[in-house]
Amino acid sequence: MPRIVGVDIPNDKPVWIALTYIHGIGKFQARRILKEAGIQEGLRANKLTEDEVSKINQLIDRDHIVEGQLRRQISQHITRLKEIGCYRGLRHRRGLPVRGQHTQSNARTRKGKRKTVAGKKGVKEMRG
Amino acid sequence: MGRSKKKGPFINEKLLTKVVRQGQQGSREPIKTWARSCTIVPEFVGYTFMVHNGRMFLKVFVTEDMVGHKLGEFSATRTFRGHSGVKKEEAV
Repeated sequence: MPRIVGVDIPNDKPVWIALTYIHGIGKFQARRILKEAGIQEGLRANKLTEDEVSKINQLIDRDHIVEGQLRRQISQHITRLKEIGCYRGLRHRRGLPVRGQHTQSNARTRKGKRKTVAGKKGVKEMRG
Repeated sequence: MGRSKKKGPFINEKLLTKVVRQGQQGSREPIKTWARSCTIVPEFVGYTFMVHNGRMFLKVFVTEDMVGHKLGEFSATRTFRGHSGVKKEEAV
């Protein structure tokens, strides 16, 4: 199995799909990279020659921030928002949606699993 | 999401003149303002603004990191004191 940018070992899927297993490379970028490297995107990842692998490596190194470095960058950006005390930072701190979504219902991705409050009445009763 | 590049960032010009004038006088008094939608430009760094939140003016000291944000982002408009019966809210 080929190794691309560090530990990532994509499998025997088409190279184009295999590249998306790298954090920071999506379908669009994967295709762009292969086009630039002059590799057929439908080729299976395990059929790549050494040269092709190193070419891909080179292109990713040159144009993309991936994996750990990308994760670090993202968390740094969030930390910055938290530190300057702006609205978005406050939302991050509270673990609530950041981009103006409603929170009366849903928003479960950010809020996590429902925390049931004992003794709380149903919504209908509260409104009545 | 973005605003047209041609227009550049929105800056409340009155506020900017005020900042510049203060800069020349060398005073660093807080500037009271309602211009929450005004983008923070590098000239604002180091000044303190009193940004209206609909009820009162909240002190905002502008640092370098805040450039590019709007003044209103730093002056919260809502008060959330936690739900009744919730023992411990996470500190903010």
